Amino acid sequence: MKCRKCKDKAVINMRHHKLALCKDHYLAWVLEQTERFICKYHMFTVNEKVLIAVSGGKDSLALWDVLLSLGYQVDGIYINLGIDAGIGYSERSLSMIRKFMETHGEAVLKVVDVPVTYGASITTAASRTHRGKGRPCSVCGLTKRHIMNRIAEEGGYDVLVTGHNLDDEAAVLLGNTLTWQTGYLARQAPVLPASGAGLVRKAKPFCRFYERETAAYALLAGIDYVYDECPHAVGAKSIYYKELLNTLEEERPGAKLQFYLNFLRARDEGAFRVFEEQVELNKCSQCGQPTSLVGLCTFCRTWQQVNSQSGNTQ
Amino acid sequence: MSLTAKLILRDKEYEVRAGQTLRDAIQKCDLSPQAVLPVLDGQLITDDQILRPGDIVMLVSVISGG
Repeated sequence: MKCRKCKDKAVINMRHHKLALCKDHYLAWVLEQTERFICKYHMFTVNEKVLIAVSGGKDSLALWDVLLSLGYQVDGIYINLGIDAGIGYSERSLSMIRKFMETHGEAVLKVVDVPVTYGASITTAASRTHRGKGRPCSVCGLTKRHIMNRIAEEGGYDVLVTGHNLDDEAAVLLGNTLTWQTGYLARQAPVLPASGAGLVRKAKPFCRFYERETAAYALLAGIDYVYDECPHAVGAKSIYYKELLNTLEEERPGAKLQFYLNFLRARDEGAFRVFEEQVELNKCSQCGQPTSLVGLCTFCRTWQQVNSQSGNTQ
Repeated sequence: MSLTAKLILRDKEYEVRAGQTLRDAIQKCDLSPQAVLPVLDGQLITDDQILRPGDIVMLVSVISGG
């Protein structure tokens, strides 16, 4: 198969776009498309300060590389969750990010160490709470959202970006559609505006790239990343939904993209507006972050519970 | 000479018939071409490539999540 632009040997074929490209044209195409999505969805401008959440995985490191190449002011935040699982998962992830930074001299990284800052690893925290019914993903998501928002606020960043790709978005969309989580559907978008009450703007510049496209970018750009999945993600529903969607995609190239884009169109047309909740936000009495609760926010309540049991569970 | 090629995904190896497309070989191994990127001799390749005897193709898993 040949590159559509130069007729050289193609390294990737995107059946949903009917587009095959060689290495150089693919790397350039990803940059062009990312810039197009940032502008189309009014995510941020070159004059704004961007904070990117990096995990050491392909998506976040590829996105950081792309944003730096496009000339954005973008710093990274890594949240060390203290996940070991016998393979030193969190430490390996951090070392992969440090390696990335060696070849990206302009990159600045902030690290928040959860066990040091909050008193327990995510694995231990999950075992001490009822959240997530034994799965750490719920406590993990809650903790990461809190920390990312706090660091973005404290650092004066205009926007927080994440490396969510189209497969991530389509899997979430499928999950929320199967259970008709209308409130979540109303809030799923490439960019979520700042609330004005202490929640920073959030954007997903890779939301229209297939997962294999972000992985291909990382491989072709020579970005080393953590191949292993988070040990706690094994058997996660999101992975099952991705596999279902890939089965559909095999038969109908473009099905995943159309599912997501048609959802965004329906959302823009107001299909979910009736489900948008106008929740009054209060300030958490402990951390000061916005919360729909009175008194402590969910994050502070959860971690209070975690630390109150620190003598009971290891 | 062996008339087979090899696909490797993580710690699993699949022996497949040479002379077919990589895409067909991946599917016959009950894998999804959507979920992997094939690498041959250190180079990313497209899955319409015909497998030659002795080819060793590394399949990089692309699915992540949690």
